[in-house]
Amino acid sequence: MSDPVQRPRSFQEIILALQTYWARQGCAILQPYDMEVGAGTFHPATTLRSLGTNPWAAAYVQPSRRPTDGRYGENPNRLQHYYQYQVLIKPSPPNLQDLYLGSLQAIGIDMALHDIRFVEDDWESPTLGAWGLGWEVWCDGMEVSQFTYFQQVGGHDCHPVSGELTYGLERLAMYVLGVDHVMDMPFNDPNAPIPLTYGDIFKQTEEEFARWNFDVANTDVLLDHFVEAENECNAILSQEALDPKTGKRIIMAHPAYDQCIKASHIFNLLDARGVISVTERQAYIGRVRTLAKACADAFVQTRAGGWSEDAA
Amino acid sequence: MPDLLIELFSEEIPARMQARAADDLKKLVTNGLVEAGLTYASAAAFSTPRRLTLTIEGMLDASPSITEERKGPKADAPEKAIEGFLRGAGLTRDQLEERETPKGNILFAMIKKPGRPAAEIVAEVLDTTIRNFPWPKSMRWGTGSLRWVRPLHSILCILSAEDGAQVVPMNVDGIEAGATTRGHRFLAPDMITVNNFDDYAAKLKRAFVVLDPAERRDAIWHDATNMAFANGLEVVEDAGLLAEVAGLVEWPVVLMGRIGDAFLDLPPEVLQTSMKEHQKFFSVRSPKTGRIERFVTVANRTTADDGATILAGNEKVLSARLSDAKFFWENDLRIAKSDAGMQVWVDRLSNVTFHNKLGTQAELISRMEVLAGELAPMVGADADEARQAARFAKADLSSEMVYEFPELQGLMGSYYAKAAGKSGAIAAAAQDHYAPLGPSDDVPTAPVSIAVALAEKIDKLTGFWAIDEKPTGSKDPFALRRAALGVIRILVENDLHVRLDQLHAAQLLRNKRKVMPGLEDHHVEDLLHDIAKHGVFGAAFDAFIHRNDKKAPNDDIAKLETAVPEKSGDLMSFLHDRLKVYLKDQGVRHDVIDACIAMPGNDDLTLLVKRAKALSETLKTDDGENLIQGFKRANNILSQAEAADGVEYSYGADIKFAETDEERALFAALDAAEAQINPAMAAQDFTDAMSAMASLRAPIDAFFDAVQVNSDNSTVRRNRLNLLSRIRTICSSVADLTKIDG
Repeated sequence: MSDPVQRPRSFQEIILALQTYWARQGCAILQPYDMEVGAGTFHPATTLRSLGTNPWAAAYVQPSRRPTDGRYGENPNRLQHYYQYQVLIKPSPPNLQDLYLGSLQAIGIDMALHDIRFVEDDWESPTLGAWGLGWEVWCDGMEVSQFTYFQQVGGHDCHPVSGELTYGLERLAMYVLGVDHVMDMPFNDPNAPIPLTYGDIFKQTEEEFARWNFDVANTDVLLDHFVEAENECNAILSQEALDPKTGKRIIMAHPAYDQCIKASHIFNLLDARGVISVTERQAYIGRVRTLAKACADAFVQTRAGGWSEDAA
Repeated sequence: MPDLLIELFSEEIPARMQARAADDLKKLVTNGLVEAGLTYASAAAFSTPRRLTLTIEGMLDASPSITEERKGPKADAPEKAIEGFLRGAGLTRDQLEERETPKGNILFAMIKKPGRPAAEIVAEVLDTTIRNFPWPKSMRWGTGSLRWVRPLHSILCILSAEDGAQVVPMNVDGIEAGATTRGHRFLAPDMITVNNFDDYAAKLKRAFVVLDPAERRDAIWHDATNMAFANGLEVVEDAGLLAEVAGLVEWPVVLMGRIGDAFLDLPPEVLQTSMKEHQKFFSVRSPKTGRIERFVTVANRTTADDGATILAGNEKVLSARLSDAKFFWENDLRIAKSDAGMQVWVDRLSNVTFHNKLGTQAELISRMEVLAGELAPMVGADADEARQAARFAKADLSSEMVYEFPELQGLMGSYYAKAAGKSGAIAAAAQDHYAPLGPSDDVPTAPVSIAVALAEKIDKLTGFWAIDEKPTGSKDPFALRRAALGVIRILVENDLHVRLDQLHAAQLLRNKRKVMPGLEDHHVEDLLHDIAKHGVFGAAFDAFIHRNDKKAPNDDIAKLETAVPEKSGDLMSFLHDRLKVYLKDQGVRHDVIDACIAMPGNDDLTLLVKRAKALSETLKTDDGENLIQGFKRANNILSQAEAADGVEYSYGADIKFAETDEERALFAALDAAEAQINPAMAAQDFTDAMSAMASLRAPIDAFFDAVQVNSDNSTVRRNRLNLLSRIRTICSSVADLTKIDG
């Protein structure tokens, strides 16, 4: 499955080990998406590429933001900004569970000493109009990954089915490195001339963002931004497929989807500010879902989404 | 007689689905085999996280040959008809039998169906079973179209006899059946080839798989209780958790771990919830103090270090979970005990919308508060205490613990209320006011809890009625049916008489205030005052209008005149509908309830239920059933006469105009019944009243047998009609019997 590895000593070594491992399994190693997202799934390399018939294999780190989880950097394992490692392979290979277990070995988890379990956890993203079946993977009682076979995304049935793996990197790394508080975790080599801990890099930002997320973010402005993103998304998708300037068929699924991502993140911020009630939540989630579905509808009309001139 | 062994090997099957799936596999396969003629001696099914297994012993090796006789057309039928019959039977003319029958000569086909080998039938039945398996949720994977609970990897399907095993040739969506399986994912992952069930079970055990879930459960419970006992402790029983955990492992290894000292003072419910929900740990407590001191976890493997690494990992995860919980608990307690106290949380709820039309949670709470105060005297609670209880009942929604563990809402509220120095009744109401959540959930019985629980539900119902968000069909997003059933059960099961109409009208107004800009606070106050004074909304509204220069101050208020009674009436019939469902489960018929709803005071649900139960019991007796017939006959004759004559016969039957003994006997019986019924009605003893009525059955029957009501003598006729009217009046005192079926 994989080469025997030395126990990693830092957060970044674990990331690098995962990158190397999944590159060897044939995945394209992508870079994070350059927008604020709540999870790696929002990256268009997952959301959009899981649609249509074209095969796909990608892996990447995705910084993820969950404003409500901010704890001013004080909680040992809760952050408003953290990293997910995401793998998406379409069609899901028959040995995906083995490939996944190989990745745990690659980051130094000794299969002979630990108790790895696949515990039912069906995944559903009401904002993306998506769901799948799978598990949370437990290592000695700790959830280290989410493992999902996508069944539907953006309201479209997935055919073929993608297999998605999501690793919560901080939690996983803390476990592997034996660290109790995320801020104490070595980020780079602890023997480097300038050793840096996770806290050196993120303690202050966690404080700053927690304060802004919870108490300062201007909710009136955010509410306006939400509507603007919604309007822009719809405006983009209402354009004719034929670009009058180039004469080409250009459906702008990705720019529209960017607006959907934006709306989703603004909703998360509003939620953290406590201005959205249980009942309103549903309405907002529904509005984002409508955008996600419209983007999915548009994407499957593009080449990357499986559309072809001949079939049309 | 071969044996059949089937194993469907897949990626991890959710624990909660395994037992049902094993049963379904057994049922579907055995039904299919028997239907095709393959009978067997015995069958058993098993499940592990990765496999469903079915063993069938003593099965026929082929289905028996059978001859089916089919009746055709007459021998002299048109050629076309005979041809059609031959096509259907797959025979030629000379193979048909001609038989003489009373209807002439008829053609018969004897269709021979040869037996089929077991393997062929098994392959068909298993293929159908796999493709139509009733998983609660199933999925596709890869490029395939087959659905299974998780990807299906292999099918083991063999017929074994004395002389060896034979693979049943079959292929489901690219998966070829074979004679192999695999052991434990980590401890024995290699391929195993098996000959029969005993061989299979034995080889699996050597490959670290305990096939039988009952055996895994017993082993876990045995080891867990022993381990706890050795430490002077006991495991908190939890059959659901035990079954779930047994479904998460193929090779259970029980480990007992410590809970950090820092966490032992958390409320036991918090410890238990956190350990069970998140970690699937059993709680282990001291039998002396009842305190939870340890946990039991079940690993899926043995290790060289006897589980030390696994246990250390689990303890660490638990610590992280519990330090979160402790942090929340301490922060929450600090707020609850501070000078401002729980009011801080209530205030914070003014930033949380309950519903965009009905306002914030804080507004909801202040409506509940007023209503709880009004309800208090009706349910035997102190009004001040009920108001306070309502005010703080939902405060814990702002607490950090409830944000983290929503399932602890209410319970945390009661802990925090106690910490804040509130009375026991107020603390209890925080926990109880959501009840009853399900049909089998207990209803609150403490007066303050009852007041708050009713206020919560009535405000919710009137609120959503005020904005026309009623449940439709299967859609009930705000759980209003549950709220209605809650109101019914709290009132009826506590034997409380509360007139809902007036409360509905008042609470509708308070909710309408949110959606009608023209309806200002002082208007609401005035109207509420009038409702309290006049009892009903109509009179209150008239009085209000009268004071305001005889016209509504604005359009919104003008609309109330019809809107409030309409909605209040509509809500009442919604409650009556729910009541029908509730009583139907207790064996009371719909028409019985309708007959009681038709009576005045039907907004007192407890009264209504008493009527319905008394009537229902009476109808189960012969006298009761016949009384209805007698009543209906009297009522029909009377109604027809009243329609024909254009008068109402309602008074003045006089025994001196009676001509027959039966007539005089009926007079006497009615006098006697009335003497019993009147005090019974005054005491709301409907059972007694009904039994008095039932005693009228014989004299009424005798009267109708002997007496012609429509006498030629108009005085006698009028007197008899007035006598029937007495029957009608008396029999209608408990319920409107015209609504009874039959």
